[in-house]
Amino acid sequence: MEFKFTQENVERINKEIAKYPVKKSAVMASLYIAQEQNGFISSEVIKEIATLLEMTPEDVLGVVTFYTMYFQKPMGKHHIQVCTNVSCMLRGGYDIWNQVKDKLGIGNMEVTGDGKFSLEEVECMGSCGTAPMIAVNEDYFENLTKDKVDKILGSLSQTLS
Amino acid sequence: MEKIVLPEIENFHILDVFVENGGFTAAKKAFSQSTDDIIDQVKKSGLRGRGGAAFSAGLKWSFMPKTTDKPKYLCINGDESEPGSFKDRQIFEYNPHQLIEGILITCYAIGAKTAYIYIRGEYHKWIKLMQKALDDAYAAGYVGEAMKEKFGTEFFCNIYIHKGAGAYICGEESSLMNSVEGKRGYPRVKPPFPAQNGLWGCPTTINNVETITNIPPIINKGWEWFSKIGEPKHPGTILFGVSGHVNKPGVYELPSGTLLTDIIYNYAGGVPGNKRILCVIPGGSSMPPLRGDQLEGVKMDAESLRAAGSAIGTGGIMVMDEDTDLVKVLARLSHFYHHESCGQCTPCREGTGWLEKILKRILAGNGSVSDVDLLITVANQIEGNTICALGEAAAWPVRFMVTRFRDYFEARVSKEVNLQVANKVHSMRETARPLAEVKN
Ligand SMILES: Cc1cc2nc3c(=O)[nH]c(=O)nc-3n(C[C@H](O)[C@H](O)[C@H](O)COP(=O)(O)O)c2cc1C
Ligand code: SF4
Ligand code: FES
Repeated sequence: MEFKFTQENVERINKEIAKYPVKKSAVMASLYIAQEQNGFISSEVIKEIATLLEMTPEDVLGVVTFYTMYFQKPMGKHHIQVCTNVSCMLRGGYDIWNQVKDKLGIGNMEVTGDGKFSLEEVECMGSCGTAPMIAVNEDYFENLTKDKVDKILGSLSQTLS
Repeated sequence: MEKIVLPEIENFHILDVFVENGGFTAAKKAFSQSTDDIIDQVKKSGLRGRGGAAFSAGLKWSFMPKTTDKPKYLCINGDESEPGSFKDRQIFEYNPHQLIEGILITCYAIGAKTAYIYIRGEYHKWIKLMQKALDDAYAAGYVGEAMKEKFGTEFFCNIYIHKGAGAYICGEESSLMNSVEGKRGYPRVKPPFPAQNGLWGCPTTINNVETITNIPPIINKGWEWFSKIGEPKHPGTILFGVSGHVNKPGVYELPSGTLLTDIIYNYAGGVPGNKRILCVIPGGSSMPPLRGDQLEGVKMDAESLRAAGSAIGTGGIMVMDEDTDLVKVLARLSHFYHHESCGQCTPCREGTGWLEKILKRILAGNGSVSDVDLLITVANQIEGNTICALGEAAAWPVRFMVTRFRDYFEARVSKEVNLQVANKVHSMRETARPLAEVKN
């Protein structure tokens, strides 16, 4: 499947390029923009970014695989990230993890059959003082209890039906 | 106690409110002085880095070459991915303009025209808040070319945000620079140090968000005032993030040298159910854990914590009550470091994996007595043998947790000796550091 950035996104990328003395530095931002437009980083995306930023596709791929926030396959509409690192663990992070896992019926880095949800066990998200926490796409939900998690998951499934 | 980094002023994150309360007057004052003067004041203030190593900020700035035909850069480290650390996000949210003002002054002092604020990718919300503050400051003429007119100076600089994408290692300063350059975030071999050969081979200074947010008050109120707050050798306030088994977790800005027990019991409300404390990690997950009976009288500053057998790190205090499963804690931490190892150095790449594997074995009830020694042997072989300090970050919690809670760990392993493992441990002993060197 061919991939081209929308005109608006080309402009956003140009703004990113302008921040740095070399084009290549805009690769991380460009990957985010591509992921937003395409849902995930395909090999076509990698080729397009390589051309745009005068890099080799291998270099772009190297960046994609180094960082955990770029996905090489489509994830759910709601990507649920549960922190189980120590501060969260001490306050029930694993209970939340198991609860979400059971409720969605999927494991780490899996997607539900209908494509609505995906799940990821993540490292410390910087919310240790408001633990336990989950993030749904870009939003943090903190100071969680089992009830709150049920409500969040419930309202997320509703917004999609 | 006066708050320096997170003042209790309503809506301080809004530019107008910041300016009404004396915002940008320190920058104006700084631009009328010589750069040597500014560096000297910061040196004398005693300000030390809040990103982990507690290195003198003024001294670091003075390493930047005075004469060079290359551009110079400033990187602000807001990667904040150390488990137990959640303080820099408070600055992005509640005091972004003081950070911006601090960046202006730092750029002026070191002669940089461009600064990058590196913020971890997961902090989408805080990146937006910081970007909004930056946009407002630009629009009002406090940043960029317009500065010249606003401050009546020849100097100006630009500030950009660089968004990370989920990699703890990018908090390490040379990894951070590679990440800004658009590469995989591999730490670089040092020397050369960033001040000589940093971003794109140019002189670069890297400082933590909290460090730089301290700069405007130091310039405004004077280094003497700052140097008198808290412990003389590590002055100022510190943002202590308290998490785990406390009644009121959160970020508390307190003078350096505040008693650890005071922070836990007075500010963070003590331990739920009045349980006893089994273990505290006082400076973010990479720092040596302390036993509950080692906390009495421990002050929270770099020197006092070193004397107590730990380190200040990022000031993230993780409290574990008497019912905590320390094997589980250590196994979880070792999983983290294994996951985050960039893989360049064999001792770190392989060693972190071994640590995780051994700890998971013990956790599952399949550990043997020799596993306890094996953990220490492996940790010792990582330490000091790697390119960056992630090696130490992974080894310290293991080495110190196991030596300080030896009975605890021994009680969790089978009394039967696994000969295969025991022989291996024995053969590795030669190169391992003698246990006597380990502070109990
Ligand atoms: C593995 C690793 C992760 C680090 N993460 C951070 C971080 O997230 N934020 C930070 O400010 N410093 C971090 N540091 C320390 C930086 O390398 C550097 O010392 C610091 O940013 C310098 O700023 P300061 O002198 O103002 O403290 C990390 C170091 C290591 C080895
Ligand atoms: S110590 Fe670990 S994280 Fe640091 S460079 Fe070596 S392999 Fe990478
Ligand atoms: S440990 Fe979960 S947010 Fe820090």
